[in-house]
Amino acid sequence: MTLYFLQALIYLCAAVIAVPLAKRLGLGSVLGYLIAGVFIGPIAGLVGAETNDIQHFAEFGVVMMLFLVGLELEPKMLWEMRSRLIGLGGLQVSLTTLAVMGIAMLLGQSWTISLAIGLIFALSSTAIVLQTFNEKGLGKTEGGGGAFSVLLFQDIAVIPILALLPLLALPELVEAAAHGAEHLAEHHEELSLVAGLPAWAYALVVIASVVLVVVGGHFLTRPLLTYVASAGLREIFTAAALGLVIGIAALMSLVGLSPALGTFLAGVVLANSEFRHELESNIEPFKGLLMGLFFITVGAGVDFGILFSSLGTILGLSLGLMLIKILILLALTPAFKLQGTDRWLFALSLAQAGEFGFVLLSYSVQQNVLPVELTQTLSLAVAISMFLTPALFILYDKLIVPRYEQTENEREADEIEETGTVIVAGIGRFGQIVNRFLVANGVNTVVLDHQAGQVDLMRRINIKSYFGDATNPDLLHTAGIEQAKLMVVAIDDHARVNQVVEYVKHAYPHVKVMARAYDRGHAYELRRLGADFVVTEAYYSALELGGQALSSLGYHPFKSEQLKNAFDQVEKDNRDTLYQSWLNATEDNRFTPHYRELFMQMELLLGDAMKVDRADKHSMTERGWTPPPKDYLDDFKDPQDT
Amino acid sequence: MSKVLLLFAHPSQDRSEINRPLFKEAKKIAGVTAVDLYAEYPSFRINVDREQQRLREHQVVIFMFPLYWYSTPAILKEWQDLVLEYGFAYGSEGKELQGKTFLCSLTAGGAASAYRKGGYNHYQIWELLRPLEQTANLTGMHYLPPFALFGSRTAVDEGRLPEHIQHWRSLLEALVSDSLAIEHVAPNELLNHQLEQIIKEGA
Ligand SMILES: Cc1cc2nc3c(=O)[nH]c(=O)nc-3n(C[C@H](O)[C@H](O)[C@H](O)COP(=O)(O)O)c2cc1C
Repeated sequence: MTLYFLQALIYLCAAVIAVPLAKRLGLGSVLGYLIAGVFIGPIAGLVGAETNDIQHFAEFGVVMMLFLVGLELEPKMLWEMRSRLIGLGGLQVSLTTLAVMGIAMLLGQSWTISLAIGLIFALSSTAIVLQTFNEKGLGKTEGGGGAFSVLLFQDIAVIPILALLPLLALPELVEAAAHGAEHLAEHHEELSLVAGLPAWAYALVVIASVVLVVVGGHFLTRPLLTYVASAGLREIFTAAALGLVIGIAALMSLVGLSPALGTFLAGVVLANSEFRHELESNIEPFKGLLMGLFFITVGAGVDFGILFSSLGTILGLSLGLMLIKILILLALTPAFKLQGTDRWLFALSLAQAGEFGFVLLSYSVQQNVLPVELTQTLSLAVAISMFLTPALFILYDKLIVPRYEQTENEREADEIEETGTVIVAGIGRFGQIVNRFLVANGVNTVVLDHQAGQVDLMRRINIKSYFGDATNPDLLHTAGIEQAKLMVVAIDDHARVNQVVEYVKHAYPHVKVMARAYDRGHAYELRRLGADFVVTEAYYSALELGGQALSSLGYHPFKSEQLKNAFDQVEKDNRDTLYQSWLNATEDNRFTPHYRELFMQMELLLGDAMKVDRADKHSMTERGWTPPPKDYLDDFKDPQDT
Repeated sequence: MSKVLLLFAHPSQDRSEINRPLFKEAKKIAGVTAVDLYAEYPSFRINVDREQQRLREHQVVIFMFPLYWYSTPAILKEWQDLVLEYGFAYGSEGKELQGKTFLCSLTAGGAASAYRKGGYNHYQIWELLRPLEQTANLTGMHYLPPFALFGSRTAVDEGRLPEHIQHWRSLLEALVSDSLAIEHVAPNELLNHQLEQIIKEGA
């Protein structure tokens, strides 16, 4: 036990120290993990052979990652970006694979090995690129969008590649492996449902399990998750989410299919469901940790002996690879109308090999496709190309952007800005009206509510909403709070509203927060927590009714309108003073005598504002359109009169 | 140095082709306070005290608007009705506006040639603006002829906007730097047609 604790401590410490450091230096978290691994492995020698076992375990992170990739892929969105996805992505992967394969064969490798290397090198690093885009705000640019399509295609392409690689196995490696494994066989019988089945039955089982995942994902998970959600316990929901992923992975391995493929399918099936964001936010931390662990083990497995003995080869491989990828990407841009800075952003950002490269390399070794020594060199080449990526982004910022800035600035700025997403938390009586109003005006909203029943109801009338607790930072993250322009907090639970407002204003000060308050005191609390705009829920509807009441009593409708406005104006004029008094009072008794006094004063002012003018003292409503005094003509004498 | 108060009234700015760029240009000029009335008072609840204070702080007042039914859009009328109070703008005690300069910057859909006797708008533009002119007179402000663009709906297509913006700029700059020879202004000619004569040399 003690040993495990110590090991875990070493890994965690390395990550905790290296990752923030790497991020600060602009290198991104993937590089941070790799560096951490290099440090505790080859440099300090703190961890040893067990990294291999840990790496197998950590590969489960990839399964989770594909589940998340699937969740991101709404069928509709996929359809909209089909031309770029298949065109750009397909051409990038196939051309790069062929180019790399050709060069590998020229260097004397067999075609199977060359093809495997080509496939592995064609992929780029989703983790590094998307994270850098996020950090630099490049995701919304044309170039960023193009890069995203390619990355998405690559992520999907991993699945057929995983299926293809075993077919490339080298007979001599398989044999050697079989020898080694023979005496282990009796202890280590792989659990399988399909061992010994005839081919047709095997095919049936495979088809049946895929159908089970798709149909079950569609019809069974939703009632299940609704049921779990109704319990209102967050950890049980997490357990259900994990159970779902692990269950599918188990099923797939039992029938001899790739677990990643299964979870990916399940992800796509659930992409349209109201639980999407909640699932994402529950799985995300596990995936993050496991992927991190995975990268650390890759770093720890770096063999300095190999690195230094063949430094030239490895550097040559990395730089050559990046050059090939950049050239191919640049060649693709004209056909897809990427120009100027976008063209360069697109080409430079995707030049590295990626984390899937590591996964596929270790998979290739297991499947006897590539010899171990070769993969060690290739791994290093992949890692170096990732290390060089931040340099390319710096190149883009410092050289490319200034060159184009001149020409692009001359274009007239667009008047109507792209409306960023609005997050609406709480889709009850209040949130519904806000949301309908925004959506009717073409504003993009993401709706969250923590009552599964309510979300269901909304979905039935075609309001796109997601189940989830808006007080959960992870959920806000997956709902896109970083890119959001503003957030509407229309939750009815007093404490939760405060929690959300406080968190969002603290973590994302750039997001405007508009909140509905239960009453006056609550409005003050929200203002203190930093809300940009607060409205007390009943105020305007009550005032509206009051105005109608006056009109029914015989007031001229325009007069009622003026009186309503006057009332509102007095409220607004006194808002700050009352708030200050409330703020200065003690925590336990906010509504002090002083506050009450101020409030009474305001009531008096209200009275004044409402009264019709007496003794020529203009009331507030009489301030407008004031007729001149009856004797005013004395001021104006016609020139000829004098 | 004079401070210029630009009161802009346009209720459908998303469709504006002329006034919006003019307003944007004006915002860039130091010494010009550019107020978008419809933005500031979307429900017409004009804050009289604030508007009167603004008037006190400026020496030049400009109404900027698209011509709507030979007059200003509604909010400018509302602004006059509320802000130009007895005792502030007129009457024996109302002297706050005296000595200031007033002018209109307007755009009209009709062609310049239509605004004359016998044309289909029958009256010249300064005749139609008489109520504003007299309001300026009564409140003791010096009235200047309008800065106007006719045929405004086709001005962009015909490439007339850039020159108009340039004139607008020089007018505002001249007003801010007091280099407009107000005494030389011809009353029955558009301000934009006499800028060369009335902007003082060396300014
Ligand atoms: C309600 C309304 C009334 C109008 N009345 C007149 C008018 O009396 N005379 C005229 O020449 N143009 C008139 N127009 C045309 C506007 O003056 C023209 O649309 C405007 O100058 C265009 O400027 P903009 O591109 O900044 O919106 C009217 C337009 C509207 C919408």
